[in-house]
Amino acid sequence: MTLSALNADVIVDQLNAGEVTATDCVQHFLDRIQVHNAELNAFIRVSESALEQAEAIDQRRKAGESLGCLAGLPIAIKDGICVSGQPTTAGSKMLENFSPPYDATIVERLKSADAIIIGKTNMDEFAMGSSTENSFFGPTNNPWATNRVPGGSSGGSAACVAARLAPVAIGSDTGGSIRQPASFCGITGLKPSYGRVSRYGLIAFASSLDQIGPMTRTAKESALLMSVIAGFDPRDSTSSKEQVSDFLKSLETPLAGVRIGVCRDHLNEGLDVEVKTKINDAISVFKQLGANIEEIELPQTKSAIAAYYIIAPCEASSNLARYDGVRYTFRAQANDLEEMYRNTRGQGFGDEVKQRIMLGTYALSSGYYEAYYLKASKVRRMIKQDYDEAFKKVDLILGPTTPTPAFKLGQHTEDPLAMYLADIYTVSANLAGIPAISVPVEPSSTGLPIGLQLQGRAFEENTLLRAAHQFQNETLWHTASPSEPWRTQS
Amino acid sequence: MEDTVLNPTSSPQSNNRRAVRFDDSQIIIGLEVHVQLDTDSKLFCGCSTRFGEAANSQTCVVCTGMPGALPVINERALELSIRAGLSLNCQIARSTKWDRKNYFYPDLPKGYQISQFDQPICGPGHLDIEPSEPTGQARRIRIERAHLEEDAGKSIHDESGRRQDSKIDLNRTGTPLLEIVTQPDIRTAAEAKAFLSELKLILNYIDVSDCNMQQGNLRCDANVNLHIPFGDEQIATPIVEIKNLNSFRAVERSITHEAQRQFEAWQENGLTIADAPKQTRGWNDHTQTTTLQREKEDSADYRYFPDPDLIAVKIEDSQIQQIESQLEQLPADLRKLLAEQYNLKSADASVIVSQGRGVVDYFLEVADGCEDSKIANNWIGQEVLRQLNESNQTIQQYPVSPQQFTDLLKLVIAGTLDQTRGKEVLNAMVAHCISPEEAIKQLGIKPVDNSELVTLCEKLIDENQDVVEQIQSGNGKAIGMLIGKARKMNPNANPGLVKAMLAKMIST
Ligand SMILES: [Zn+2]
Repeated sequence: MTLSALNADVIVDQLNAGEVTATDCVQHFLDRIQVHNAELNAFIRVSESALEQAEAIDQRRKAGESLGCLAGLPIAIKDGICVSGQPTTAGSKMLENFSPPYDATIVERLKSADAIIIGKTNMDEFAMGSSTENSFFGPTNNPWATNRVPGGSSGGSAACVAARLAPVAIGSDTGGSIRQPASFCGITGLKPSYGRVSRYGLIAFASSLDQIGPMTRTAKESALLMSVIAGFDPRDSTSSKEQVSDFLKSLETPLAGVRIGVCRDHLNEGLDVEVKTKINDAISVFKQLGANIEEIELPQTKSAIAAYYIIAPCEASSNLARYDGVRYTFRAQANDLEEMYRNTRGQGFGDEVKQRIMLGTYALSSGYYEAYYLKASKVRRMIKQDYDEAFKKVDLILGPTTPTPAFKLGQHTEDPLAMYLADIYTVSANLAGIPAISVPVEPSSTGLPIGLQLQGRAFEENTLLRAAHQFQNETLWHTASPSEPWRTQS
Repeated sequence: MEDTVLNPTSSPQSNNRRAVRFDDSQIIIGLEVHVQLDTDSKLFCGCSTRFGEAANSQTCVVCTGMPGALPVINERALELSIRAGLSLNCQIARSTKWDRKNYFYPDLPKGYQISQFDQPICGPGHLDIEPSEPTGQARRIRIERAHLEEDAGKSIHDESGRRQDSKIDLNRTGTPLLEIVTQPDIRTAAEAKAFLSELKLILNYIDVSDCNMQQGNLRCDANVNLHIPFGDEQIATPIVEIKNLNSFRAVERSITHEAQRQFEAWQENGLTIADAPKQTRGWNDHTQTTTLQREKEDSADYRYFPDPDLIAVKIEDSQIQQIESQLEQLPADLRKLLAEQYNLKSADASVIVSQGRGVVDYFLEVADGCEDSKIANNWIGQEVLRQLNESNQTIQQYPVSPQQFTDLLKLVIAGTLDQTRGKEVLNAMVAHCISPEEAIKQLGIKPVDNSELVTLCEKLIDENQDVVEQIQSGNGKAIGMLIGKARKMNPNANPGLVKAMLAKMIST
């Protein structure tokens, strides 16, 4: 089998066994990027030093040095995560020429596990979007149907894993930005509990919602990456000191007796009929695995989109204030300070970003704060209470990741509300701070991937990964690859 | 309404306003004081807070607002704030949180300042200030709140007129500030100054801040308006916030100026607090005037909201108790101690206490050692403070230890050394870092026995018959001339003993 067909855990085993060198492995994926990236635009940039690093790992292995648990494994990183000395743009013209002087904590951890950062992936500008169409560097195409979106904002990471331009990738998720593209591209994507993975070095969109997580072909690969990136970080005050469980160890524990809740409201209105069918089929698989399926209610989640689209823009309006042309950003020509601010922000940000900054600025303004930000925060607490109640009865909550499979490029660009509804099932987990995973189920009749979402109690990623892994033991949907050359689909 | 703003100067009311005297109006003052906390590192990162280093040399990804960087609270700043709050009799919050104050400015790297909006670390408290005259009452100034926030950087503008780029130094960015806000309880410019002096002294005593105003470690804004009795009512003038007060003198003068300006403006236009929004005016040290900066309508909406990068801080009772137990006596306690236990006049006690904890400790050790607090006060309050002032030293650098000083004063009290010789000994001790015994030896000071003294006095009388006659004819003061001559003949002769003996000899 070619390297690109192998799972990351298998690649690591082969590297450790000396069956393949890190250099060959990295070269293999660089070659694939070389061939396919022009069409997919999954990567904004390939790391110039990846081969050098691979050679260094091979040297160290030859010298008998002990190596990290991901030694020689290529990994793609979303371009909103800082890698020292490499351009990190967050998909924005504003940061087109910005190279951070430091590594994000997760990058530091991946590097010390001897993983090799192969490149930075495309994304919606500052992670604001559900299609990766809002990137300054152009849209990414879905490898299953190149006229369709890969989802967003981590669309580049999802597409590169689906197209096997990298074995695994890292994304970030503020309202579904890992899970929705994972669903659209037929891969596995985990949004960890808030505080599980350090946000230090993640270019902030909405700080109280952002989480970094793995985007991989299998749940097992996600567990492998989580074992490296999860855990307390003293540099992130919101990171949790909660014990990190052994994600790999619990994968094989059978699902017998695990209670899975299904919210009927989420399987009715507005849901694509095919998506509904495939999710129901998946429920049968979980039943066969010994899980008990129970009905639950999450009445407040109907307000989740509304609350999310207040809270996230509020935080964003403040988080993005630093891009003012004074220091490391793009700076527009101007005659005075005020004009410099206006021109820099007017020209440096894309329309969606400007729209959300305006929304957030408005909602935080004196006289509106109570009606918007405070009220949304109350709704957020109520959503959290909904989940607390539900998790007294069940261990996991199952549903679709998105209401439809991947839509066409340009289909929703004129209709932000339709675009926002792509996040309808995913935003609640961010508001509640709980972990959630998307795994592929049977594709649509036209061959478009469909994702199933499992949500769990805070800091119980191991239960999510275990259930996803058991499901993948029984099904083959996660092993399917889009055929090359890439096709379009009307 | 008889009086309209549109045509205020010609109405009969304006003539009535002109009849009101400034001295009958009352100045209402509230202060907002920014104090830099004496931490080694900044509020949310590990950068040093040292003053005067090369521009931008004390910065990191956090305090320069790099994308992705996150703040982490400096525990020491919390501790110092609690200590300050306890010393100002404030309620200490059990839960305090961080808010973002959003505004654009080139020296504000994140585009927001991390501050505390609705849950400040210190709640209501008060500070008593000394009466301005001995018979007056102490004045209690209520503190509304005190909250922690990060400082901004420094913009350095091109003043050459060539429109070159402004430069920004971010060394100061993120330095911890405690903003202390008073209620509008202050009634005179002198009282405002007294409040600040006492606040500065307290913060020095408890090692919270050195309050060095030249380095900008203490900055003050004053909210000022007037209450003017007018007919049967009391008119309040529009409130003005005076910014940029970088010295106690500026505080005093700007308030005095602003009160007068408001009075004249009211006489002119009759505008009251209900007619005009709060104004911000800047104090100009060169012109000694305040000038309009902005009115409330175009003031920024800071869009405060909780900072999602930081978690709320829980403060345990035990933590507060621990900080409280470590708090030493405050200036007011020490003034009381010196006045009541050491019988100093309150003005003298204030002088000693105002010099800082070190001088107080020095005084206490010497006063206890020599068992005469009046003498200790005379010598320390005058000689020591003068010497420290002249040599620009702190008490810790003073070459005479409290023990040596005690030994010296014991000799003075016993009469072995008179005041003048005692001071000579002290000067020698300071100059050569030696003990009183060594200084006495060096200066050749020896006791004079009675027969020597008799001989000396007899000689004086013989040689100065004219002076003796003056004394005998009732000019008692003339004896001073003889004492002076005695000292020249024998510097060791005790002037008290000489005087007594001469008086006896001349009268008989
Ligand atoms: Zn710093």
